[in-house]
Formats: sequence, C-alpha cells, structure tokens
Amino acid sequence: MSEHKITLTVNGREMSGYAESRVTLVDFLRDELGLTGTHIGCEHGVCGACSIVLDGKPVRSCLMYAVMAEGHEITTVEGLEGPQGELSPLQDAFWENHAMQCGYCTPGMLIATHTLLVENPDPDEEEIREAIGGNLCRCTGYQQIVEAVQMTAKKLREAT
Amino acid sequence: MSEAVPQKQFKYITKRRRVIEDRRFITGRGNFAADYNFPGMLHVAMVTSPYACAEIKNIDASAALALPGVRYVLTGAELFEHINPLLSGLDLPNVKRIPLAHERARYAGEWVAAVVAESRHIAEDAVEMVEVDYDPLDYVIDPEEAMKPEAPMVHPQHGSNILCDKTWVWGDVDGDFESAPHSLAFRAKWSRNSTVPIETFVVTAKWDEGKELLDVWASIQMPKYPEQIARALSLPVNAVNVHFDVDVGGSYGLKRGIRQTVIVSYLTRKLRVPVRFNEDRLENMSGGEMHGPDRIFDMEVAYDGDGIMHSIRIKATDDAGCYPGRAPLQLGKPVSAIVGPYRIKSASYNAISVTTNKTSQEAVRGFGQAPTNFAIETMVDKVARSLGMDRDEVRRRNLIRADEFPYRIPSGSEYDSGDYHTVLEKLQETAAWQELIAKRDALRAEGKLAGLGLSTCLEPSGGNSSFEPFLNPKNDTTTWMESCLIKVDMLGSITALMGTSTSGQGHETLLCAVIGEVLERDPDTIRGTHSESIGALPSNSPVGSRMAIMLGGAAASAAEKIKTQLMEIAAHNFQLPVDRLIYDGGDISVEGDSDKVMTWTQLVDIAHRNYHKMPLGSEPGLQAQHTWEVPTGGALPAEDGTVQMYPCYAFEAHIPLITIDRETGQVEILDYHMGHDCGTVLNPDIVRGMTFGGIAHGIGAALYEKFEYDEGGQHLSGSFMDYLLPSSHEIPHVEMIKHYTPSPLTTFGQKGSGESGYLGAPAAIASAVNDALAPLDLELTTLPMRVRDIEGLLNGQND
Repeated sequence: MSEHKITLTVNGREMSGYAESRVTLVDFLRDELGLTGTHIGCEHGVCGACSIVLDGKPVRSCLMYAVMAEGHEITTVEGLEGPQGELSPLQDAFWENHAMQCGYCTPGMLIATHTLLVENPDPDEEEIREAIGGNLCRCTGYQQIVEAVQMTAKKLREAT
Repeated sequence: MSEAVPQKQFKYITKRRRVIEDRRFITGRGNFAADYNFPGMLHVAMVTSPYACAEIKNIDASAALALPGVRYVLTGAELFEHINPLLSGLDLPNVKRIPLAHERARYAGEWVAAVVAESRHIAEDAVEMVEVDYDPLDYVIDPEEAMKPEAPMVHPQHGSNILCDKTWVWGDVDGDFESAPHSLAFRAKWSRNSTVPIETFVVTAKWDEGKELLDVWASIQMPKYPEQIARALSLPVNAVNVHFDVDVGGSYGLKRGIRQTVIVSYLTRKLRVPVRFNEDRLENMSGGEMHGPDRIFDMEVAYDGDGIMHSIRIKATDDAGCYPGRAPLQLGKPVSAIVGPYRIKSASYNAISVTTNKTSQEAVRGFGQAPTNFAIETMVDKVARSLGMDRDEVRRRNLIRADEFPYRIPSGSEYDSGDYHTVLEKLQETAAWQELIAKRDALRAEGKLAGLGLSTCLEPSGGNSSFEPFLNPKNDTTTWMESCLIKVDMLGSITALMGTSTSGQGHETLLCAVIGEVLERDPDTIRGTHSESIGALPSNSPVGSRMAIMLGGAAASAAEKIKTQLMEIAAHNFQLPVDRLIYDGGDISVEGDSDKVMTWTQLVDIAHRNYHKMPLGSEPGLQAQHTWEVPTGGALPAEDGTVQMYPCYAFEAHIPLITIDRETGQVEILDYHMGHDCGTVLNPDIVRGMTFGGIAHGIGAALYEKFEYDEGGQHLSGSFMDYLLPSSHEIPHVEMIKHYTPSPLTTFGQKGSGESGYLGAPAAIASAVNDALAPLDLELTTLPMRVRDIEGLLNGQND
C-alpha cells in the first residue's frame, strides 16, 4: 500500500511523516512521530484516551486517518507544558489532587479539560462532568479529576 | 461513641504527599508497554474461532503467508509440541490449557492461530486469509445446564464440567437452623463482568541469542510471572527477565496475560526478532482473560425475632469459563470473611466451579469477595424486611463489637481489629441518615420511586496464599512474601527496589514515604524503583490488597536494618554502646553530649570508603534487603476445615440515595456517603483514590456492566459500545468519612485498601434499588440491575 507524506503542526512545531491512507492519526502520532503520550484504549471512539486538540477542538485521534490531519494544527499532551518544561496550572492541579492512578486515561482527560477551560474559564461541576463525559477512567471515579479542574479554574481566575 | 483513634504522629506517612508517579503521567511521559519500540519488531494478530465449540480439522495459512510482510503463522498444534501447558489453580491434570486452541476451540473468540507480520495492519489483513476448517460441536453456556450429566463436555478428558465441588461446615449449622425461630432462603446472582482497564494487555518479548536471555516488557500484574513463563518454555528462570518498570494502564487484578506472553516468547525465540502482541479491544474482551466472577448464590439464613442471625448456608456456583486458570480459587478467598462483619456462630459453604464454553474467568479486584459481600448484604436486608425492622438496626445488633477483637469467625479466620459500630454511627451522622429517609419519603410522596441503600462490608487484606492449599491440597504454598532492597550509595542518596510491577497503586510513593519515615530522611530525596525480575527480589505481586501491608512492611524492616548498620558504625567510632547513641534524621549523636555527632554523610562515607573505621568483620557498603512473610501466614489449613486466610480486615459502610425512573427504569444516584476504616492510612490521597475508583467499579457492576452471551454461544459484549462502562455522568460525588482503627499485625497499623469501595458499593446500590422497589412489592437479586431489567420488572407490574 502506498504511503503519503503528511505535514502538520504538532505542539507548535511543523512536523512531517509518512503513512498509508488507512493509518489512524493516533498510530501516526505514536509510531511515526514518536509522541507516545497519546494513548489507545478502544479504537472505536468511546473511551477518549486518544483525545488530542485539533484546530482548537478536542477530537479522538483513533477516529481520524492521519492523511486527514494534513495541514492542521494539533496539540497533544506533550504540548501542554510551558516552553521551559514547566507544568501548566491544569497539569499541576491534576498532580496536586492525584486526579489519576494508572495514568493511562490521563492524557485524554487533560486534553478534554484543557479545551474546556480555554472555552469556559469558570465551569461548574456539571459542565466539567459534561466535558469529561466522553473520557472513561477506571481508576478514580472521576471525582478527583473534577476537583483538579475546579482548582485550576479558581487559580486562573485569581491570576487574572 | 468512642473517639476516632488518632493517626499516630508520623512525619511523612499519614500526611498528604504528592504521588511521585503522577509527575510522568501528566506530561505524557509514562512508559506503558505499547510505548517500547525495538528495531525489526514484528506484530501479532489473532485468528479467532467463530464457534462456541468446534473441532479444528485443518488450518491452511498458505494464502496468509503469501501476503508481503507476513512472516509466520503459529498454530496451537505447533505450540502444543513445544511448550508445557499453563498451570491451573486446581489439580486438574486432564484440563490442558494451551495459549492457542489445540485440536478443539472451546469458546467463540478463542485464539486459534497467531499471525506474525511486519505491522499490525498487515497481520490483521492476513488474519482474514487464514482458512480454518472447523467441525462445530455441541456446547454449553449456562453453568447449571453444564452440571447436568447429559451436558456436552467442555473438556471430555476431565470427564465432567464440574471442576470443584467442595463443602465445609463450620459449627453446628443444622442445629442452629433447627433451633432458630426463623429462616429464609433466596437466590442472588452476580453476572459476569470485570474491572476492564482502559489499556488492553500488551506484551513484547525479545530473545537475545548472545546472552540466551528472554526480555519481556508487559502490562502485567501477576504473581510468579517470570516463573510461569520459564515453566511454559522449559527455560531456567534466570533466562527470563521481566521489566517490572513498565507502567501498567490499569489492572485491578485482571492483567494476567500468560497466554499472550508465552505466544510472543515462543515466537521471538523461533524468529529471532522482537515480537509484540498488542491486544485490540475485541481480542481483549472476547478472547483475552478479561471476565470476572460469574456466580449464583443460594443463600439460607437462620435468625430470631430480634434480628440476630445465628447461622448461614451459602452455596456458590461459579462459571469459570473454559480454561480454569486461577478462576476457581476466587471461590476460596471469600472464606476469609464468609460471615461478613457479623457475629454469626456457624456457617456452611458449598463452592462449585463449573466449566462452560465461555472465555476464561480471571482474577478481579477482591478475588470473589465483592460478589460474596453482595449476597451476604442482600441477606441482611431480607432479614430486616421479614421482621419489619430497620436495616441499620439489624446490622447494629449483629456487627462484631469493638471489644471482641481479635475475633475468630467460624471458618477460622481471626479478624485483627475494628470498630464497626462507630464507623456506622459516624457515617449515619455525617450522611444525616434521618434526613435522607425524610428526603426519600418526600420523593416518594411526589410519586417517585426512591430508595436508600445500606451496606456494611469487610475488605480482607494482606493477600495470602491460604486459599491455594484450601482448594487444592496438592499445593502446599504457605508464603506470599514481598521484598524491598534499600541501597544507600556513596554520596548518601537512597534507592529502594521492589520486585514487581505497579498498575496505579503508587508503590514508588509508598516506598519513599515508609523509608523516609523510618530513616527520618526526606522522601523527596529517595528513589523508589522496580527491579527487573533477574534482580530476583522474592515477591508475590500487588494482589489481594496487600502492598501497603507487605511492601510497606518489607521497606520499613529493610530501613531498620540500614539504621542498625549506621548505629553500629557510630558506636564503633565513638567507642560507646549503641544504647548510648541517639539517631536523629540520619545523624547520630551521643546521649547527653550533643557536640559528639556523626552526620549521615560521614557515616555513609565510612561504610563505602573507610573500612578501617568499620566494626571488625562487618560488610562494607550500605544496603539491606528484607523479605516479609504475611502476618498470620505460614500455616496450612487445619484438618477440621478451618483456615486463617488474610491477616487484616478493613471495614466500609455505604449509604446511597437513588431514584428510579418509572418509565425507563433508569437509576439515578442522588447522594452517596461512605464510611471507611483501613487502619493507619499511609497516603490519604492514594487511599481516597482507590476507594472512589472502587465505588465506581462497584456502581458499574451493580447497574451497567455485563459480558453477555447469546444462546448460540456468541459473546455480545466485545466493544465499549456493547459493554457499558460508567462515565462521569453515572458516578456521583462521594462523601467519605474516615475512621482509623490500627491493625496490631502491621508495621504502622495499616490495612489494605486496594479493593475498598468495590467490596461494598454493589451491595449498597442493590439495597437502594430494592428499597425503591419495596413499595411496589418488587425485588431484584440479580446484578447488574440494568435499565432493561428494572424497566421490564416495572412494566410487568404495570401489565
């Protein structure tokens, strides 16, 4: 099967790689670009472990082919840290609240809540639960994730 | 009400501390099994059986092998020739378990052949091209049908579908039933479900011909994994190196991929390149060992008019699926707490394990305890209802009192400590029980179906081997040790090693806090890490809610040994006896002469460089290992059928308030309170996390999750579209209150909490649903209580 050259912006950097047309975006990110922070859980769009930001919106990278991402802008979990590797307030709050255990769903949860806070800096609990409603976690029962997002929102509000 | 026993004044443990492991997960830098890549690595995809049972007459792989990029097709027949069958928990010499079906496929979805190719994509293409000639055979799906003599046999060589049928009678059960004024009997079912991690099982094996060494990177959580690989492949264990530092993306007991591992290990040795099998979701849910207990309980209880329970009879029929690995042993562990937290003076237990044409059952969080607790709690609710008594009052009258510990239950286990009445009282106070009743009644007055649930359950912890010899007399294992090795390097930093993997439990954090506590060194300066298996620290892995107790105990004891060595070095240099010296934060001073101090740095330096300053004959360097035996372990079951199972017993009580939609049958959880006592808490965030996660698993088991089979033996729940997992919408905010009754058996008074929440939530939700249905005189005793089940019941009523 022939391969296509794909060029896209990932975490602020232009990157290129090759993929057959049937390769999913998550496989491309992991196998071709070496960005293994994005995880694969179900490969049918239910669990949300593979969530990334595509042009500002959270999407499931298992439901897209890599070729469809040509020319688009992507943020993965590896792109959430600051330029000097400092943790984002959201990452720090996930740590402070132990909003994970095994860490497998965590990149997807961070992506979902990161995009929530960009759009809505002051979400209530219902809105947070709605934002992570498409991301499954089997370790935490979700509560600590909700708390981490609430803490982040509070910090961001206090900082502005 | 007695006061909560305060957590002792510790410096590092019991305090909130950030979990070290989290740092790598929030930045996408975890090292999960699928993140390891090796040049030239090949990928496996499985050919699966479409039949519930079929003879494999021929496998023609020629078309698949002709596809460019396909390197090999492995069949069960080849594997059977070259490996040893996998171990079974019971003594079942005629039930052979081979990683790929050999001669006969025994469930729909069973792996029949493994295609190996340069990419997973190509391997999947080739799977479609493998032609298997099957001869379909009769099959059996229902465990009670399977027990009938005329049923088709899953393993004809075994001569029966019954793998185990044992009965124990502890005390005068018949007499107690005869003398009690009341008794009741009922059936409860816990359907096939499991804790389903988001990461599937992934394993890569790489054979190094130069070293004659098999390296394995796997998402594993299993006792004696390297030994099992070595036995299957007829290798010495020192030719197998499992990389235990692989982060495991959730397991909760399940990740026991020995079949997967043996397949890729055989292939890498044959093909001389690294081989990976990364299960996709369907392979994982239908063919992998992913299903938990599947159990029918026939319960009887004898009680009096005051609600005092005198005796119980439990018959548990468990569907092990088709290859009984450790599944039947999940019938044994609940003997640890077979009467729950109650003063019931006699009990009988009939444990039956049946094989059927379903995928094999594997260990799940609690190892059979959650289903048993559900059955016991359903029983207590029924006793209350039959007498018109309050459910909490019946519990209070039967709960073991704080002054009765240690308390020996009829089956022989001694409960270490507890204060059940106080926890229940604190919980009811915090949850405002009377107000919740008023709230429920107000909802009912509005015409809603509302229910308040209650459960009071135990979590046996400190996982021990006792259920192995209990169910299989040929197995005389009496230790499930755990180890820690502490090394203090020449410049004074501390590294601690464990001999097992971690799947979210925070063992690195545990090691650092415990060692910091004993050596009085800042945990943030300590590194906790996983030894490769070739480093050979005796371990039994993080099963049975045991690591706070066992790894914590091993680490504390190893740290004490380091402290002893330092004291001996200081004593030698001060020319004073050890009892004249004071250890403070790693420095050692002379009692009454605070100017005389040897610092941590000086002491460590002497150990590494100044042998002339060391006590005569002592070992240079500074390291210590300790291997902990399970407290109360070390004994075989007694001849009278009694046995001490696990050492420590945590207590939990749950109060959910729910409503049921009359039209759709949908359950909504409005309020959830939980009381928890697991002794001294080493890390509050970790215990809280485990508990909330356990409650979420419990809610899933109670309301949503089921691996379903149709009458044709087809598995219908192979994807997340068909197997319903609760999301953030279904799992409520939980209020937890803590109580701290230390265990007298452990280093700091800690008990286990790895199964907390899960062991009481299903029972509590069932209690709430039945409380909601009670005004309609309806009842459900089968889990999960899905929308369709409740709706069907309500509509049946309406019709």
